[in-house]
Parts: sequence; C-alpha cells; structure tokens
Amino acid sequence: MQGSAANSVVRPEDRQAVYVFEAPVRVWHWIHALSIVVLAVTGYLIANPLPAIGGEASEHFMMGNLRMIHFIASYVFGIGFAVRIYWGIVGNSHSRELFYLPVWRGDWWRNFWEELKFYFFMRQDAPPISGHNPIAQTAFWLFNVLLTLFMIVTGFALYGEGLGLGSWADTWFGWVFLWLGDAQNVRMWHLLGMWLFIVFAILHIYMAIRADIMTRQSSVSAIISGWRTYRKVK
Amino acid sequence: MNYTPTVGQILQAKGVSRRGFLKYCATTASLLALPPSMIPRIAEAIENARRPSVIWLSFQECTGCTESLTRSSSPTVEGLIFDAISLDYHHTLQAASGDQAEAARHAAMEENDGNYLVLVDGSIPMGNPGFSTIAGISNYDMLMETVAGAAAVVAIGSCAAFGGIPGANPNPTGAVSVKDLVTDKPVINVPGCPPIPMVITGVLAQFLTFGAIPDLDKHGRPLAFFGNTIHDRCYRRPFYEQGKFADTFDDEGAKAGWCLYKLGCKGPTTYNACATVKWNSGTSFPIESGHPCLGCSEPRFWDKGGFYQPLSTGHFGSGAKLAGAAVAGAALGVAAAAAGRRRQAKFTREA
Ligand code: HEM
Ligand code: SF4
Ligand code: SF4
Repeated sequence: MQGSAANSVVRPEDRQAVYVFEAPVRVWHWIHALSIVVLAVTGYLIANPLPAIGGEASEHFMMGNLRMIHFIASYVFGIGFAVRIYWGIVGNSHSRELFYLPVWRGDWWRNFWEELKFYFFMRQDAPPISGHNPIAQTAFWLFNVLLTLFMIVTGFALYGEGLGLGSWADTWFGWVFLWLGDAQNVRMWHLLGMWLFIVFAILHIYMAIRADIMTRQSSVSAIISGWRTYRKVK
Repeated sequence: MNYTPTVGQILQAKGVSRRGFLKYCATTASLLALPPSMIPRIAEAIENARRPSVIWLSFQECTGCTESLTRSSSPTVEGLIFDAISLDYHHTLQAASGDQAEAARHAAMEENDGNYLVLVDGSIPMGNPGFSTIAGISNYDMLMETVAGAAAVVAIGSCAAFGGIPGANPNPTGAVSVKDLVTDKPVINVPGCPPIPMVITGVLAQFLTFGAIPDLDKHGRPLAFFGNTIHDRCYRRPFYEQGKFADTFDDEGAKAGWCLYKLGCKGPTTYNACATVKWNSGTSFPIESGHPCLGCSEPRFWDKGGFYQPLSTGHFGSGAKLAGAAVAGAALGVAAAAAGRRRQAKFTREA
C-alpha cells in the first residue's frame, strides 16, 4: 500500500520494483481462477445439459460426473478462500488490500475518480498510485470477497440438499433457503453468480493486459513472479 | 345427546373391516417412516379418538383442495377417517347455509374451545376486506375469530400456505398466507396445488396419533411428507445422472422415459411426496405420465419464469430494469467516446 515503509523513501516515479504478491497469494490467485473456470464450465452444463448421447443409458454417467467435478472444485474453492483469509491476517500489507475498502480516505476517492477517467480514455496517463488502484480494489472486493462468499454460501446450501437434512452443510447453510425464499431462488442466484464471475473475468483480463500496455507498472507478470516492476518514465 | 362415538365405532358402523383399517394404519406408519411397532399405537389412537372437531375455512381458493380430498374419499378408508372427524363447518360440504352454518361454526368453537382444529384453504386478501367475504364477514375477520380458540391451524394447499395463485404477481388483492397472519398458534403448512389427499389425511392422522405438531421444515411443512425433493425420489433420476434427457415432448428421449429436466422439471427444488405417495390412490404422478413437475408445493411457484423453462430461469419481474441498465451503459460509452474524440482532436491540433 501507499505507506509501505521500505519504499516510502523512494519517490514512486523512481521505483524499480516492489515485492507485492507473496507466494501464498499468488498460488491462491491461480487456484481460485482455475476452480472458477472448472465450476463455471461444470455449473453451466448442470444448468444446460448437453444433448443426450447415444447408446445404453448404463454406459453413461454424464451428469453424475459433472456434479462430482463441480463438488470437488467447490471444496478447493471454499478451502482455498479460507486459507486466503488466513493469509490476509498474517501476510504483508498488500495481502490485506483484498478484504477492505479504505472509503474513509479522501485520496482514495480522488484516485477513484482519476482512475475512472483514465479507464474511459479521458486522461492520458494513469494516476500515480503504488498499490492497487481504487477501482480495481473495489472490483476485487465485490467479486472476490462478496461474490466468492455468496457462491460458497449458496453452493454449500444446495450441496446440503443432496447430503440431506441434518447434514453439516444443511446445519451450516440451511438458512440460505429462508434468506433467498426457496430452493429454486437459491439455484437462480447461484446461476446468476456464475455470470457475474464471467463478467468479472472478462473485465479483469482486459484491465490486466491494458495496465501492462498503458501504464508504467507490470501487471500480468506481477501475479506470476510477485514483483511489480516499473518502467522508466518517458 | 352428549355421547360422541369414537372413530373406531363409527368405522365399524360404516362397515370398514378391521383388516382394511389396519392396512390404512400400516400405510400411514410407513409414510411417516415409523417402525411397524407403531402401527397398533396409530390404530389405537385413531380408534379411540373422540372425533375431534374440525372447522374448515375456505377463502380465496378454487375448491381444488376440497376436490382433491373428496376424489380419494368415496370408498377409501382415508376418506372415512375424514368423515369420522367431526367436520363441523365446511363451505362446500356442509348441508347448512346462511345463519345456520355460521351458528354451527360458533357452536363448534364454544363446545371445543382450545381443542378444535382449523383447516384453511385459500389465501386472505389484505388489499381490501371487501374482496372476499363469507356471510358478510371478511376473510381476515373470520380467520382471526376462528383461530382464537383453536389447538392448531393446518393451511391446506399452496394458497393458504404461501399465497398461491391469488398471491401471484401482481397480487391484485394483496393476498397473504395463513402463517403471515396467525403467529400465536402452531400452523402446519400442507402445500400443493392441490395437495395429495393421502398427505392431508396423513398429517391429520399423525396429529391424532401423537397429539402434537409434527416436525416441520423451513417452510412449516411436515418433514414426513415434505422431507425430500421429487428429484431425490424420482424413478427417472438414473437418467438424470446419466445425462439422458428428453429435449421435446415427442422425441426419442420422451418416448424412452428419460429425465424431464430440460423440459422445465422443477423436481430438484420441489419438496413433496408425489414420487412416493403418488396420485389417484397410488396410480401415477405427473412425471410418470410424462410431464415435468411444476413445483406446486413451493412458495411463489407461479412466478418462477415459466413451467417449461429450465429450473433456474430468472424471474426478476419486468425486463425494464435490464433495458434501463443497457441504455445507461450505452449512454456512458457514447459520452466517454465523445470525450475521447474531443481530446484526440485537441492533441492532433496541437501536434
Ligand atoms: C465460482 C463458483 C461457482 C460457480 C460459477 C458455480 C456455478 C454453478 C452453476 C451454473 C450451477 C447450475 C445452477 C442451475 O442452473 O441449476 C451450479 C449448481 C450447483 N453448485 Fe455451483 N458454482 C460455484 C460454486 C459452488 C460451490 C462453492 C458449491 C459448494 C458445494 C457449489 C455447489 C453447487 C451445487 C450443489 C449445485 C447443484 C447441482 C445439482 O443440483 O446437481 N457451487 N453451480
Ligand atoms: S424428471 Fe425431474 S424429478 Fe425426475 S430426475 Fe428428472 S429432473 Fe429430477
Ligand atoms: S409433481 Fe410437482 S407440480 Fe406435480 S403435483 Fe407433485 S409437486 Fe406438484
């Protein structure tokens, strides 16, 4: 973040590189991304099954397998997020940026506005921000904290239906059915959540590549190596 | 005059054999997932029951629930059990009318104060008390007056349990469910459009046997009948798991009896006993005759985006909001593009 002690002596525009993403954060990022892809593909096929294939019914177990893959990926997704929360507590200051929005800070809002102008090509250069920019931070929070929690809560509630009344998933997440009305509503919102993740993925990948091209900061390589490098100012 | 025959005596008088009666008790026990050792207890409880007084109120309804019940009643023993309950007031079935009928209701309430059962079908209009009245009394007033001295209330059918058709969007009468209004008495929901007759009588038998409110699920439905989804008990479930679906009502899959999921089956999210108890004295149930489940025992099932649409189709009311969002997005894009163009023009001028 802005006040990271080691870097505060160097002016932002003179920096060469900052270690932003620690290993657990990077590993989680890719596990999270991969499990979302698996969950979205299998989930989509649960919602819109493929046409029936020929042959004896006993030769196939299409939906059963899809659901099993969905559930395995669900555990990866859910446990991964729990570990990520733990790392938000013990990790470096950047590892916490995902979990809160500093809405009480005036410069955060100013930067939000400037960044918005930059995204809409209404200003030429990105505003000088060293951490996540406020818009990205907001999107990460909405999609990867709120939406992730929402998918875990609705998903495990549906899972509890399969495990049966009184199962651990039913005990922990059964309240979801009352909150969202009934089982069909829960399915609908769970499906809608998938589309929101797809919207996020499109924007996220576009923004990451755009940042590599149009700003001084590295973006895609940063989440692989952990180092955010800075190009020289022209 | 004070002598009230027990249910057992009445059944005997009606010519129901001991064997037939025990068979009913055994069926009920297995429906309620009770061990065989409970059968004598059920038999005893029902036999010796002193015809509990039942007041049946019908509000904004189509009489389908009563129809459902009477369909099973003619010769079957569960119908007689129902006869054997002292049904003291029922709009469709009672012979009395006008003041006499209302007098019967009041008499039953006074004589059995604190002990009678109130069965309700139909929803209650809160938009205007005049929308539905009986003997000049609004549905709301009649309900509140009648449940005051009741032991328990059973909401029969999806209208009484959840609002049903009258409560469907845009709900012109402001219809609400029994549970929305009755908060100080136990309310048992027996939804379905209509509910299965065996389930109605089964819930009553359970109440008579144990004298207590059965275990209920999140929506107030007895777990014995509403504890599983149709999907979990459906005989087409293997086809679901195998990915064998009917795509239209007349394709190979439909003929082969494959899963009806893609034709809009709501079985996976519908809690009811159709797949086990079935309809028309156990003859068949909708999926068995080739039609997807509509989800009729679930709250607001009319407003879920279409009976033949996939399970999780959206139902956000109108598309107006979506259209508004699209227009706003487009406007924002155009504005940004225009601003960008202006800047570009400026830069090219400067260069
Ligand atoms: C990024 C996360 C996820 C996505 C994109 C996703 C997507 C989907 C979709 C599209 C469906 C089909 C809904 C329908 O139309 O009926 C579905 C079903 C389901 N999902 Fe997920 N899901 C996610 C996470 C989870 C999690 C964490 C769980 C937890 C166990 C879960 C459990 C389920 C269950 C139980 C079903 C119902 C399957 C069935 O009835 O056969 N999902 N999911
Ligand atoms: S027909 Fe309906 S209830 Fe039966 S397996 Fe298919 S989806 Fe489930
Ligand atoms: S199959 Fe479904 S829609 Fe049909 S009666 Fe049973 S619960 Fe209602």
